[in-house]
Amino acid sequence: MSVLLIAEHDNSQLRPATLNAATAAAQLGEVTVLVAGRDCATVAEAASVIDGITKVLLADAEIYEHGLAENVAPLVCGLTNSVTHILAPATTMGKNLLPRIAALLDVGQISDVIEIKGQDTFVRPIYAGNALACVRTLDPVKVLSVRTTAFDAAVTRSSFAPVEKVGPGPASDRVAFVSRQLTVSERPELTAARVVVSGGRGLASQENFHLVERLADLLGGAVGASRAAVDSGYAPNDCQVGQTGKVVAPELYVAVGISGAIQHLAGMKDSKVIVAINKDDEAPIFQVADYGLVEDLFTALPQLIEEFEKGSA
Amino acid sequence: MKILAAVKRVVDYNVRIRVASDESGVETNGVKMSMNPFDEIAVEAGVQLKEAGIAAELVVVSIGPAACQETLKTALAMGADRALLVETEVEVQPLAAATAIKAIVEREAPDLVLLGKQAIDDDSNQTGQMLAALLDWPQGTFASGLNIADGKATVTREIDGGLETLLLTLPAVVSTDLRLNTPRYATLPNIMKAKKKPIERSTPEELGIDIRPRQKMLSVSEPPVRTGGVMVASAAELVDKLRNAAKVIP
Ligand SMILES: Cc1cc2nc3c(=O)[nH]c(=O)nc-3n(C[C@H](O)[C@H](O)[C@H](O)COP(=O)(O)OP(=O)(O)OC[C@H]3O[C@@H](n4cnc5c(N)ncnc54)[C@H](O)[C@@H]3O)c2cc1C
Ligand SMILES: Nc1ncnc2c1ncn2[C@@H]1O[C@H](COP(=O)(O)O)[C@@H](O)[C@H]1O
Repeated sequence: MSVLLIAEHDNSQLRPATLNAATAAAQLGEVTVLVAGRDCATVAEAASVIDGITKVLLADAEIYEHGLAENVAPLVCGLTNSVTHILAPATTMGKNLLPRIAALLDVGQISDVIEIKGQDTFVRPIYAGNALACVRTLDPVKVLSVRTTAFDAAVTRSSFAPVEKVGPGPASDRVAFVSRQLTVSERPELTAARVVVSGGRGLASQENFHLVERLADLLGGAVGASRAAVDSGYAPNDCQVGQTGKVVAPELYVAVGISGAIQHLAGMKDSKVIVAINKDDEAPIFQVADYGLVEDLFTALPQLIEEFEKGSA
Repeated sequence: MKILAAVKRVVDYNVRIRVASDESGVETNGVKMSMNPFDEIAVEAGVQLKEAGIAAELVVVSIGPAACQETLKTALAMGADRALLVETEVEVQPLAAATAIKAIVEREAPDLVLLGKQAIDDDSNQTGQMLAALLDWPQGTFASGLNIADGKATVTREIDGGLETLLLTLPAVVSTDLRLNTPRYATLPNIMKAKKKPIERSTPEELGIDIRPRQKMLSVSEPPVRTGGVMVASAAELVDKLRNAAKVIP
């Protein structure tokens, strides 16, 4: 079996999500990694030391700088001779690109794979994770997006796999990159953080949301948010945890002022330890919490912050 | 210009779904069905473009059983002009939906196709991207901003790190994210008016397309349930538990 894994990166660094997808890929066969970007040789080098990788394909050209699906998809399709599986992490990048590849190859796609049962059989969550579907694909090429929280990150090794240059393929003249506004943060990346502290509508304002950020910082964690908190402008969109946001599974997830709608639970219920702080003792979040505290968050959060400030002093 | 929006009939987002005891799927008997919430956002975006005088016509399409007419009626009541049903009893997977929508695009020749970014039943997040590939059109997925001018669409996209803006030359495919707009409710007078708007029916056979599933559902099971935890009385007790019982903080 010959597996093509599409690396995610920003032209200088390999994104950790690629390492989780690499673990899934290695369960299927011999893995080749594709790095498509511009001036991204360092990424290819980082990919070449992922354990289990046999080869890296490097497509280094201006048309791949911003990872536009219109340009990357035909490139990938030109590399699929004898490829049995095409994988990418189920990030916004993978979600944008993979279905375009699948359709060009006239095959279906299996999204958010959480378990590999065999070469053609996979488990994936449906209905916001309230059911798990075991599906068998009948297609000759299997296109899979990988839920990163379900697979450990692949380790790196000291030897390098060979890097081979490919492309460039055709480019679309009907799409142009305009700009990107990235949230700058010193905090660990949400989907890879060991601790996540998330705030919901209960925080009631953007100023108050700093309490969540303060606690996250004291715990060395990332900041998450419910949809309501993002919609209200308390937190940026890329903080949204849930069915239609990011899926996280940290060692510790602290939900503050979040009711626990199924769409939110879908993004965090696989966390190892869940803490819920809510003044409503009937909030559904308590049904999944390992430790629940029924209290006004404006009392509880400052107390917690003080406890940890003591500890870190 | 003309806009086509795709609307899917799904189990309402408020329903607590149950897995069938024979693991064949999810119980849908007697369950409330609604328009996929992301598709409401797509329809709303289309209606707003009409109201702004940018679009002349908004057509909506759904692929599925006869009951999808209910979903189409909702879209008509929100302000769509015409509706198309591609009727089938077969399970419609994303590639099949994209194939059917492509056939409709070839008949209707819209300048813009709006879809939801994700159907909340299969959670696939594929159809829009697949449609764009089949048509060889540019795609603006997960849109939280959409501006149409001079035959181009400026699309702001929600991505993992923040936001990204692309400029697409029409015709193009755009899939909607939660923050693009707040869909309106269909008012009673509009629901009455919508009854007079046409719903045109066709079948995959008539369209000459193959929409057979590419994937076979072997089983649908319950996810592992979390066992209820303990309640603590104070922040101090919580810290103690996290340190000494759960050992997740130093
Ligand atoms: C298509 C679709 C997709 C969605 N996707 C997502 C998603 O990805 N992620 C997501 O999170 N949601 C998602 N949602 C929204 C979801 O259904 C809920 O509306 C949302 O999660 C609610 O956010 P919340 O818990 O912050 O707000 P609320 O439900 O309003 O809860 C606020 C909570 O704060 C508590 N509270 C208030 N004040 C205080 C206080 N002073 N002290 C302590 N507690 C207090 C209240 O008791 C309440 O439980 C989606 C919805 C739809 C329709
Ligand atoms: N059977 C269908 N009928 C109409 N639209 C659909 C159908 N399936 C998917 N779509 C559209 O494609 C979007 C994404 O669906 P999915 O790829 O299944 O997550 C939905 O929000 C709809 O706009």
